[in-house]
Order: sequence, then C-alpha cells, then structure tokens
Amino acid sequence: MSEPSEASVNVNGETRTLRDETTLAELLVSLGHEPESVAVAVNGDFVPRAIRGKHVLRNGDRISCFKPIVGG
Amino acid sequence: MNPTQDFMLADVPLQSRFLLGTAGYPSPQVLREAIEASGAQVVTLGLRRQLAGSGGDNGFVDIIKASGARLLPNTAGCRTAREAVTLAHMARELLDTHWIKLEVVGDEHTLQPDPWELTDAAAQLVKDGFEVFPYCTDDLVSAQRLIDAGCRILMPWGAPIGSGQGLLNPWALRTLRARLPGITLIIDAGIGVPSHATQAMELGFDAVLLNSAVAQAADPVGMARAFRLAIEAGRLGSASGLLAAQDMAVASTPVAGRPFDL
Repeated sequence: MSEPSEASVNVNGETRTLRDETTLAELLVSLGHEPESVAVAVNGDFVPRAIRGKHVLRNGDRISCFKPIVGG
Repeated sequence: MNPTQDFMLADVPLQSRFLLGTAGYPSPQVLREAIEASGAQVVTLGLRRQLAGSGGDNGFVDIIKASGARLLPNTAGCRTAREAVTLAHMARELLDTHWIKLEVVGDEHTLQPDPWELTDAAAQLVKDGFEVFPYCTDDLVSAQRLIDAGCRILMPWGAPIGSGQGLLNPWALRTLRARLPGITLIIDAGIGVPSHATQAMELGFDAVLLNSAVAQAADPVGMARAFRLAIEAGRLGSASGLLAAQDMAVASTPVAGRPFDL
C-alpha cells in the first residue's frame, strides 16, 4: 500500500504541506479561522463560502485569506 | 432643489451627505466619536490578507460595524480589474453588502486610477449585481465610459489621495456636474480642510467622501463636526442660489445718487 501523497500549497505567502485531497474548508479550520470570519481566493479566484467544502486543494495552489480592516 | 430633502444614494434615503473613511484614527474610541460627530451614515473600510494567529485590529472593525452606518468596502491596493473583482466578491461575502468602492490604481506615486482597468472591473461587477462606486479622475470621457458600464454613482478625485490639496481642477469638476446631471457625483480624495468640502458642495456635487483630513487632525472628533457643518453649509448654499461673481462693483445699498449736493 502506498503512502498517502501530499500537496504543497502557499497560504498568504507561507508554504504549507497538506495531505492529499484536503479541502479549502478543512484548511481554514486547521488555520484557526472561523468560517464566517474570512473570505478566500485560490489562485486569485474567489471561492464562495458555500463551496469551500467541495473545493479540493491541489499541489501549487496559492490561497489568500482576507478579513475586514479600517479603510478610506 | 430642496436642501432638507433626503439624499438618495443608490436608492437609499440618507440625511447626511458626508461619507467618512475609517483609517488612521488614534484609537477605536476616537473613531467611534468621530463617526458620531460627523453624522455620516456611510463609512468605508478595506480588506487585508490575514495569517492565522496574526494580531487583531484592536477593535476598530467592531466599532465600525457597531456604528450603525452603512458599510462601503473598498478595493484598495488593487492594480488590475481581476484583482478588484475578486476582492469585491470577498467584501460582499464578508460584509453582506453589494456596495463596493472600486479602486484600481494605475500609478504608484499619484495613486491615480487606471481608467481602463477601472471600467473593465466596473462592467463585470455591475453584471455580478454590485452597486459600484468607482473612484475615478475628473476626466469626462472616462466618466462617461463608467456610466456606459452601468455605474450610476461616480467618485472623482479632487486631488491625489491623502494630499489635502483640495479641488485642483474646479473647471473639470464643474464640467462633470454640467454634463452628467443625472449621476450621483461624490468628491473622493484630496480634501484637506472643511472649506474644500464646502466648495465641492457649492459646485453642485451630491456628497463628499474623506478620511485623512479628519483622522490626522489634532482633534479628529472636532474636525469631523467641522466637516459636517461645512458640507451642510455648502449644500444649503448651493440649493439656495449662489450669487454669480462679477468683475465690477454692484452697489447694494439703494441710495439715490450722492447723499449731498455740495
């Protein structure tokens, strides 16, 4: 039986190694984010909250998490 | 023009024509008091990339949300239409509003909007159901292209963001007002002192959006109130009929010639 493969992804500039088939929702939980506290893009494309659980991350993906801040 | 009539912003009736930015205040408490003193019913905010475990924002965003003002998130930092469209969708999900202050910058030194990327982003976001508030220059034809893309609100600059230079090109702003009578026009950026805001309102603009002039004042709460009064004064003056300037004196006292025949 082969070892489970892994995916190397970039999360807000930091490299992370995930087990294969990790979903975006699972990644956010592992990062400690409440689901409604962040908005997320993968490779520059917005991924709505409703489909994070079905969005499987792939090797080389770039994930960006955003929160509100003050602004003009 | 009735100065006491509600200001309709994207079909929402408002009593205040002052839109306030929330960046750069010395504390959340000062921000809360400044929003209150301004009377603003619309406040702007931004989005930023976050890392888990990174520091909080000291409660600023909670203060903004608790203010009761409508939220107008921006796409600050975007350089392309694609970035701005993605960030707008994120803002809509996070803040539960379809209003977006669309910023797509084309020059690092002046932070001048890129008219082509801005228009492309506006067209896409209108199709996606957003109410787009584009931060644009005072160029008439660029403004018309934004309207063609579906924008019914435009936010031309008075001067570069944060520069405090006031209205650098009143002729261009008057031209926008004259040529776009049905569009909601909001001066955004470059306002330094309350009289600049008054001047914008006297030019017939519908509202003023500013941030730095209040946030960086020695007393932001006092300055917020000063701008509130200045905007109200400009609006009331504009609505009441401004005296046209003339080159020569026109006597105001109705005397009959000279007082004495000596």
